[in-house]
Amino acid sequence: MQWETVIGLEIHAQLATKSKIFSGASTAFGAEPNTQACAVDLGLPGVLPVLNEAVVRLAVRFGLAIGAEISRRSIFARKNYFYPDLPKGYQISQFELPIVGKGELTIPLEDGSEKAVGVTRAHLEEDAGKSLHEDFQGMTGIDLNRAGTPLLEIVSEPDMRSAREAVAYARKIHQLVRYIGICDGNMQEGSFRVDANVSVRPCGQAAYGTRTELKNINSFRFIERAINFEVARQIDILDSGGEIVQETRLYDADKDETRSMRSKEEANDYRYFPDPDLLPLELDEDFIEEIRAAMPELPGEKAARFCAEFGLAQADAAAVSGQRELAEFFEVAAGVCGDGRLASNWVRGELLGALNKAGLDITASPVSAAAFGGLLQRIADDTISGKIAKQVFEAMWRGEGDADAIIEAKGLKQITDSGAIAGIVDAVLAKNTAQVENYRNADPAKQPKMLGFFVGQVMKASKGKANPKQVNELLREKLSG
Amino acid sequence: MHTKSIRELADGLRARTFSSVELTQHFLERIARFDGELNSFVSVTQEVALAAATRADERLAKGDGALLTGIPIAHKDIFCTEGVLTSCGSRMLENFIAPYSATVVEKMAADGAVMLGKTNMDEFAMGSSNETSHFGPVKNPWSTDCVPGGSSGGSAASVAARLAVAATGTDTGGSIRQPASFCGLTGLKPTYGRCSRWGMIAFASSLDQAGPMTRGAEDAAILLQSMAGFDARDSTSVHQPVGDYLAGLENGLKGLRIGLPTEYFDAGLDTDVARSIEQAINEYRRLGAEPVEISLPNTHLAVPSYYVIAPAECSSNLSRFDGVRFGHRCDDPKDLEDLYKRSRGEGFGPEVKRRILMGAYALSAGYYDAYYLKAQKLRHLISDDFRAAFERVDVIAGPTSPGVAFGIGERADDPISMYLSDIYTIAVNMAGLPGMSIPVAPVGGKPVGLQLIGNYFDEGRLLNVAHRLQQVTDWHLAMPAAFA
Repeated sequence: MQWETVIGLEIHAQLATKSKIFSGASTAFGAEPNTQACAVDLGLPGVLPVLNEAVVRLAVRFGLAIGAEISRRSIFARKNYFYPDLPKGYQISQFELPIVGKGELTIPLEDGSEKAVGVTRAHLEEDAGKSLHEDFQGMTGIDLNRAGTPLLEIVSEPDMRSAREAVAYARKIHQLVRYIGICDGNMQEGSFRVDANVSVRPCGQAAYGTRTELKNINSFRFIERAINFEVARQIDILDSGGEIVQETRLYDADKDETRSMRSKEEANDYRYFPDPDLLPLELDEDFIEEIRAAMPELPGEKAARFCAEFGLAQADAAAVSGQRELAEFFEVAAGVCGDGRLASNWVRGELLGALNKAGLDITASPVSAAAFGGLLQRIADDTISGKIAKQVFEAMWRGEGDADAIIEAKGLKQITDSGAIAGIVDAVLAKNTAQVENYRNADPAKQPKMLGFFVGQVMKASKGKANPKQVNELLREKLSG
Repeated sequence: MHTKSIRELADGLRARTFSSVELTQHFLERIARFDGELNSFVSVTQEVALAAATRADERLAKGDGALLTGIPIAHKDIFCTEGVLTSCGSRMLENFIAPYSATVVEKMAADGAVMLGKTNMDEFAMGSSNETSHFGPVKNPWSTDCVPGGSSGGSAASVAARLAVAATGTDTGGSIRQPASFCGLTGLKPTYGRCSRWGMIAFASSLDQAGPMTRGAEDAAILLQSMAGFDARDSTSVHQPVGDYLAGLENGLKGLRIGLPTEYFDAGLDTDVARSIEQAINEYRRLGAEPVEISLPNTHLAVPSYYVIAPAECSSNLSRFDGVRFGHRCDDPKDLEDLYKRSRGEGFGPEVKRRILMGAYALSAGYYDAYYLKAQKLRHLISDDFRAAFERVDVIAGPTSPGVAFGIGERADDPISMYLSDIYTIAVNMAGLPGMSIPVAPVGGKPVGLQLIGNYFDEGRLLNVAHRLQQVTDWHLAMPAAFA
């Protein structure tokens, strides 16, 4: 039988606020255990939650970015279950009325086309603490630093039909949340967590198959592997006449397999009900409009503008606008040098090449956008050739100064004085009389090819500094004479 | 000194007739002498009290201080008090030293009130007789084989026996008013949101309110003035200025429309209690008020819907008592489940367990709509009754409880009859309105409470209405002879 895969993702994005969602404790990562947990985070008797307004702003920003409905009234609910790293015995989340309703975003497919994926909802909730099972002989340590960290849970429709599509969607959300500055996207530190709901059904069947939920996937590569493993597992079971059990399964990256964590029967009855400690969250138009007005330009909007303003090809514009900091870098460099296409080529080529090689993010580039633009400006105004520019860029990367200083110090300024170039050309021709003779006797159709030898010799003699265009022109003139 | 009102004591302190230290010592001695019998205190904080009294005397000597400065009071053991055992009447918290203080405690301390100790209460405020306390039942000073009411029974008994000038209480379904009624005190449950709940251990978050328990209405006004106010740490506290509760106490009652709900005077009401209530209403007639018969047709829905909502909230609120971070932990847990089961099984008493079970059931999948949602709808109906009534009347009056204090152990095995002792008070919490109980003519030597219900944030009027009656009657001045 032919099977169709159906995937929906639940993504937990940690919102980039300084303090927690319901307390004033810091959200910074990596502090000593339990040093960033206040009375509220510890769930002491008598404490009460107070909503952090910054969290609301970031959630609304996300909703606006995907064109979703922003709930004018949303409700915080308690999700009740016992676990040692859940101090209150319930998690404050949103259930029936989430802050962000239906929205949509498009993902690129491998064949170059695009596909719309629905976002069902996005709701605010607090994170739990961490259980530390190692280092404590026969016991479990609890670190509540993470308890109360604000999360936005983004729930997709079951619209994806392959692991690749799921990855494309996850990447798109990842790009977006970083772009609009609501989440740092760090998957290793758990700031961006992806759970996948996976099922299969016979091709052509409308009803969904029984799904399993995959947890503990902490990289994009693993999303694809976990889903592919799970799909194969489900098809195996169904092909051999078995049934899928609705359950939560953990992905084990080391073994590249999923294994059962808990079945539906063992699942908790969370006894959701509206949290009586928190009033309904009411948002007025002014609040939403204020956030809309301050929205950063989104990747698609930026790419379209780059095409229009700088004459970039669509693919190039998409490439430089994919990451907000990269786009900003590009735009500054393009502005300084006055040539968008040149800037796009150099940003995608030399700059990203060097960053990748060094394992650096654009934000850690040793060459600033303005300095990079300064370098490109010297190509644009013929001060140096592209080839020399690569040399200058390397020196800039090593911290030897800005482009002009390096060009000056190393004497790399292009020779554009036609008298000086003519002198070098004459010397080269005088040294290579045999080749000159051959050239002049050759079939005119072959001459352009033969010109290369002389160009190379002149460039070599000028240490690469002679303006190549002028060299070509002079050579042609002198050889024909 | 223990027969004086707060204003009289404040005058005495300022006239140097006695110091706050002397006053505090006097009450500490009374506690030492009488509380062995009453069991109204869980903790007596002698050192803390004397230190606070010393500071109060210093303030007074400089001519500073508020009316509460130097006045010895008691806090219900549901309020967190930094560095002091905060047990909530439970074995679960019998070792819990709060690391911070409740807003209400902080505010009163800032005004210079002297905390004598923490008062006994029904476990986690669940009860109407103070018999569910892990620290044993509290006795009613008027009749020591009777209950003081609950859950603020320790606060009520301590003030009634004059072991404290005044006390704080909390009221979720009648826990200030019913014990005030049983012990002959003035007790006020403010509008929901008027006093901060920060640091007040939650029973049912949407119903809980702190309030004063005092001899007379003027004392209650002085306490409420200190306790009330917006608190940024409590999202449900209301951002509305606090009125001057003392300023309007003397206002005349001529033309005041007092609503008498027919449903509060039905067959369930003890006939002697009914007579006391009528007597008080007649006093109001003489003061110029106009009693008006009204109807609160959904009164009968209050108790059943309350016993869905309050347990539902408590089942969740009490989840944090799991033996992991604080409070009671069982010995040698085998594993996590054993830790949870035994810590909670040993730490909670039967009434608390009963309510957790009821609440968890009402919230569980498949029952939520039939119980919790339905109860929330009934809650709206109950509020609508009051809204309609307050279009016709200024205050509502009736009995606080259907009867007087009952015997210790009498209803312990009959939770339903116990729940019904709050039948007139519960609706007020469901609607979030302010309610008050003031002493009227006793029945067979036992106090009776008149309940006054006001419109939202109309505490000032309630205090005024109570105070005027107390100016022409002396029921609130009566003292149990055994504790003179």
